[in-house]
Amino acid sequence: MNKNGKLYFEIDGKPCYADAGQSIIDAAKANGVFIPSLCHVEGVKPAGSCRICNVKVNGRVMTACTTPVEDGMVVDNDIPELIELRKAIIDVLFVSGNHFCPSCEKSGNCELQALAYRYQIMVPRFPYEFPLKDVDASAEHIFHDANRCILCKRCIRTITKEGKHVFAYQGRGGEHLQIVMDKELASLLTEQEAQEAMEICPVGAILKKEQGFIVPIGERKFDKVPIGSDIEKQ
Amino acid sequence: MTEKIQSIIRKYSSDKYRMMDILLEIQELYHHIPEQAVEILADQLDLSRVDVEQTISFYHFFSLEPVGKYAIYLNNSPVAHMYGRTEVARAFEEEVGISFNSATVDGLIGLWDTADIGMSDQEPAAIINGTVFTELDPAKARKIIQGIKEGKKVADIAEEIADKIYSKGLLRTMVKNNIHAKGSVLFGDFELENALRKALDKTPEEVVEEVKASNLRGRGGAGFPTGLKWEYCRASGGDEVFLICNADEGEPGTFKERVILTELPRMLFEGMVIAGYAIRAKQGILYLRYEYRYLKEHLESILQGMREMNLLGKDIAGKSGFDFDIRIQLGAGSYVCGEESGLIESMEGKRGEPRNRPPFPVQSGYLDKPSVVNNVETLCKVVPILANGADWFKSVGTKESTGTKLLSISGDCKNPGVYEMEWGMTINEMLEMVGATSVQGVKVGGPSGNCIDSTHFGRSIAFEDLATGGSMIIIGEQRDLLRDFILPFTNFFIEESCGSCAPCRSLTVILRNKLLKILNGNGTKKDIDELYTWAQMGTTANRCGLGQTSANPIITSLDNFRNLYDDLIKTDQDYLSAFDLEKAVAASCEVVGRVPNIESH
Repeated sequence: MNKNGKLYFEIDGKPCYADAGQSIIDAAKANGVFIPSLCHVEGVKPAGSCRICNVKVNGRVMTACTTPVEDGMVVDNDIPELIELRKAIIDVLFVSGNHFCPSCEKSGNCELQALAYRYQIMVPRFPYEFPLKDVDASAEHIFHDANRCILCKRCIRTITKEGKHVFAYQGRGGEHLQIVMDKELASLLTEQEAQEAMEICPVGAILKKEQGFIVPIGERKFDKVPIGSDIEKQ
Repeated sequence: MTEKIQSIIRKYSSDKYRMMDILLEIQELYHHIPEQAVEILADQLDLSRVDVEQTISFYHFFSLEPVGKYAIYLNNSPVAHMYGRTEVARAFEEEVGISFNSATVDGLIGLWDTADIGMSDQEPAAIINGTVFTELDPAKARKIIQGIKEGKKVADIAEEIADKIYSKGLLRTMVKNNIHAKGSVLFGDFELENALRKALDKTPEEVVEEVKASNLRGRGGAGFPTGLKWEYCRASGGDEVFLICNADEGEPGTFKERVILTELPRMLFEGMVIAGYAIRAKQGILYLRYEYRYLKEHLESILQGMREMNLLGKDIAGKSGFDFDIRIQLGAGSYVCGEESGLIESMEGKRGEPRNRPPFPVQSGYLDKPSVVNNVETLCKVVPILANGADWFKSVGTKESTGTKLLSISGDCKNPGVYEMEWGMTINEMLEMVGATSVQGVKVGGPSGNCIDSTHFGRSIAFEDLATGGSMIIIGEQRDLLRDFILPFTNFFIEESCGSCAPCRSLTVILRNKLLKILNGNGTKKDIDELYTWAQMGTTANRCGLGQTSANPIITSLDNFRNLYDDLIKTDQDYLSAFDLEKAVAASCEVVGRVPNIESH
């Protein structure tokens, strides 16, 4: 513990400081260290579902979004073993959905695509599964495409209407689980709320209608700089 | 319908944390959860419809579609198939006139596959409207359907087809106990209240110390020291603490809790009372898997008897200020609910998705209060420990694995059933004990455990060597180990994954498909190597025990039965596509009467 009452810890040998109770991923960000994640939303109870943010804490693999910093913690982040694990999980997410990056409305703003670029993934190592998924375009302003969903639970945890969840898991297991949209509540979402839902989705599963290509591909967030570079520039 | 559903909701004080109980009553009443019920539930519990449906769709025994007035859930586990499940299923299908996983148009009968129901010593077995039917054969299956068509009650049909009905108070069942070896701990002398009185003479701290001194470790599989868990819970403080007994044994091949719940419920409940005293809990909850629903009334009556004896309730056994009672919470069909935090989520009326840790349940568990979750067998063992002392308990077993273990042994052996044995017994000794010869392998600890070949049979059953929660499946030489065990066990993990963690949810599917490629004769050495490498990936990346062990059937069979894989692959080629063109066109060629002409393309 240092004199400001902050916790001292290290990521890949870099001295870092954290507030008590702060998660490793948030504390890393505050210290200019990027730990990739596809499910984490700062300020929201972590889901620990994508498993991309797995780090090694004192030699044990743990998710950085669910593990609070402890004083003196030694964290491994950017090491070959974890990079390999993260790349494998990204591969898994690509083949278990139907992702068509070149024509997707979220291309360039998609965090899955951006992570694949950052890790220089050319092609996934696993065979594509081409699963059958549902598309729900019933609501006025919002469109849900389970083909592109990575089941990260961001929408489940954050999007509400009248205090109720708009999105939820349905089914279970590797072959039947989907996120579905409550038709009744979704139809009540305003344009602004649809915009927020689209932005919270890391991929192109939640889209605001009539919005897709207003900003041309090539001029989007991750078209210019790799994901995480804003954190690392600090 | 509206009035009926509302009265069920009122019965549980419109408490969304009692969603499981509400849904169970609706499901039993209407044989599904009607759309209208979902609407009413969402409205009254202030949830969105998709929120209600996400709980319903998580559990195998809840359904949004009608499952039939007589819903027949026939166990589809590999062990059931060893005992002739295929023929029984065919008889059901022929007699009813539908295929499995559908219901008749008139809504009378439904036929459903279901994962292991805890009857591996008396398969093929089925659950019909909560009643268990065991040792089925095609003739019995036909008789069941005839009985249903004649409008008989399920209980009457059970009486008719049973070889014998076992009766224990309110429990009338054809389920046998099959206790083949009684050890000194669980099946030693037991006198109700004896251990409790000794415990109440001590302070709660002293009770924790006694259990710690005994080195009792959790009997559900993980082997965490029980006394330490209690101590952590006590250290968490808080005004309200819960003691939860995990009776959700879902590991295929295990059925020992069923036998304890049938034979030794008083010992179990006394153990719960002692644990409650030790951790300062006022409320104990027994989470009972839905497959054991048939035991509920029997267990309730025992609890009532104990209340009348002042062994539950207020000032228990005359100890002023010590209040404790137990309620039974039914599950609804989900393997992952056997994981302690998944079980807690389920008890709160939600999907049984294991929680992230920290916090641990002992810090923040049921209703965010400190909670101890102990296995049935573990809690039973607390009783003889308190009655006879930690030293007595430690004199049995090995240094690191004290006491005895109740094993559920099934598969290719003369006497499947439960055996209480001292830790340290070797696999060879076990095989001799149960009358197993020509053994190809043993699945130690069920699908999530190890799959060993004969070179390991000299090893001991103990935490420090071959650890097991109790499931022992013996696989004879005549069996197709990869097709009939490894493949269905992998499918089991795919089906039972809660889906939260990406690697568990999706990597297991990728592994299964790779395994299928090899089984279908399209594999090369590269496929085996990839299968092994990929299988290792998810083990550390997932949150809970299910996810971390979901690749174990593949990993341990590759470790110990590599020759079976090698025999299936093409060694003269480096790469083969999973796509078999000849096979793909075979059906259409047959229809049009053409011979496949693939070579020329």
